[in-house]
Order: sequence, then C-alpha cells, then structure tokens
Amino acid sequence: MADTQRPLSPHLQIYKWQVQMVTSILHRATGIALAVGTLMVLWGLVSLAAGEDAFNQFKICSGSPLGMILLIGWTWALFYHLCNGIRHLVQDAGAGYAIAQFVRSSWMSIIASIVLTILVWAYVLTAGGAA
Amino acid sequence: MSTKAKDLRNPLKRARGLGSAQFGVGHWWTQRVTAAALIVLGLWFVSMLLGLLHADYASARAAVAKPWNAVLLIAFVIAMFWHAVLGLQVVIEDYVHTRWKEIVLLVAIKFIAVLSVLACTLAVLRIALGA
Repeated sequence: MADTQRPLSPHLQIYKWQVQMVTSILHRATGIALAVGTLMVLWGLVSLAAGEDAFNQFKICSGSPLGMILLIGWTWALFYHLCNGIRHLVQDAGAGYAIAQFVRSSWMSIIASIVLTILVWAYVLTAGGAA
Repeated sequence: MSTKAKDLRNPLKRARGLGSAQFGVGHWWTQRVTAAALIVLGLWFVSMLLGLLHADYASARAAVAKPWNAVLLIAFVIAMFWHAVLGLQVVIEDYVHTRWKEIVLLVAIKFIAVLSVLACTLAVLRIALGA
C-alpha cells in the first residue's frame, strides 16, 4: 500500500449488497472450491487404476457423511460456476449489459444452480445412496 | 538520448509483446477457451458419474476403459486443471501482496496441476490399456 493520505476505495461493508455483487464474489469462491475439488477427481481416478482396495477406500470416504456434504457442496459449486460462467461468456461477447438484464441473469445463475443441484441429488438419493 | 540513437529497431518492434504481462490477452483467451470446453466436458463428466452410481469396481473400470470415455476423461482432466490454474493465478495475484509468497504460490499451483494431470492421464491409460 502506498503511504499517502489519499482516500481509499470503499470497502465491501460500505456498499449496499446487490445480487450482481453476490454472483461475482460467488464465482470466485466456487472457483477456488472447485480447484480444491479437482484433487477428488485425481484421487478417484488414481484409486480406480490402483486396485479394488484403494477404490473401495475412496468409495467409503466419499460415501461418508462428511464426504456427502462435501460432494453436495461441490455439486452446487460446479453448477453455479457453470451457469454463471456461461453468463460471463455471454457478457464477454458484449451482450446482457443493461442493468435489468444484468440483475435478471444474476438471479438466473443462482436459481438454476440450486435447481440443478437439487435435481442431481434427488436422483442420487432416490437411486439409492451416493457412490 | 545517446542510447536511443543507437537503437536501430523499428518502434513497432520495441512495442510488440510489451503488454501487461508481455503475453497480451493469452491468459484471458485461454481461460475462455478452456471454459467453453468445460461446459461440454463437465456436463458429460457429471452424467457419466451419475450413470456409474451403482457400478462395482469392475464395471467402473470397464466404463473408463471405453475409448471414447478414456479420451474425453483425459480431455476433461487437462481442461479442468488448466482452467483451475488460470483462475487460481488471478486470485493469488489479487490477494497475495508479498512478492516472494506470490511467486512461490504461482509456481506451486502449476507444479501441482501438471503432476495431477500426468497422474490422472496415466491412471486412465493404465485402465484403458488394461495394465
């Protein structure tokens, strides 16, 4: 930080919370969570190649209560990052910048990600437990 | 003035490649291309996992061993870790203000990602080639 008396830009607690702000913050947060989740993909694939014992251990861990909570969290993070990522790609193409569109597409990202997460886990749980 | 007079290069030659990080829009563009790939590959990966909900070890291996699945899995893993590194890089550059810590983290995530991609690829190949 420069050692001057210039006013700082306002911090988060000064802004009025708006949905566009939430989607932006969540995009980064879910991205970080998913980056950690990549290690779960690594573990799954390596254990599948390593042998049945290693894979069963992976299945037990991912089917445990903590594993299920993490998987539900990663499912939502994936769908949110996916929906909002598509929204960002549309915006990168120059579309959807009117304030009303921007707010509406923010809500669409959030709602669609929750609906998709519920659909996937309804399928998983009614099909008889995870992993 | 004297040093400038000795430089016989065309001004355009000196200006080229001197963007923010000397790579112009490479980072931004690669992030978008991997994102586009991950829309398709991510949805395919989720649907494959859901199809394997009740699979035992042998049928899970058999599914990964199918040529198309093996190819798409490797493509998914490469795109996923690449996209994760690009995203984490921006987060680190934004929030880590101690230069040496920033460099260490930037290099560390690249090492981890490359090793993870290699380990995942080897795992898929071992399964696909029946080792």
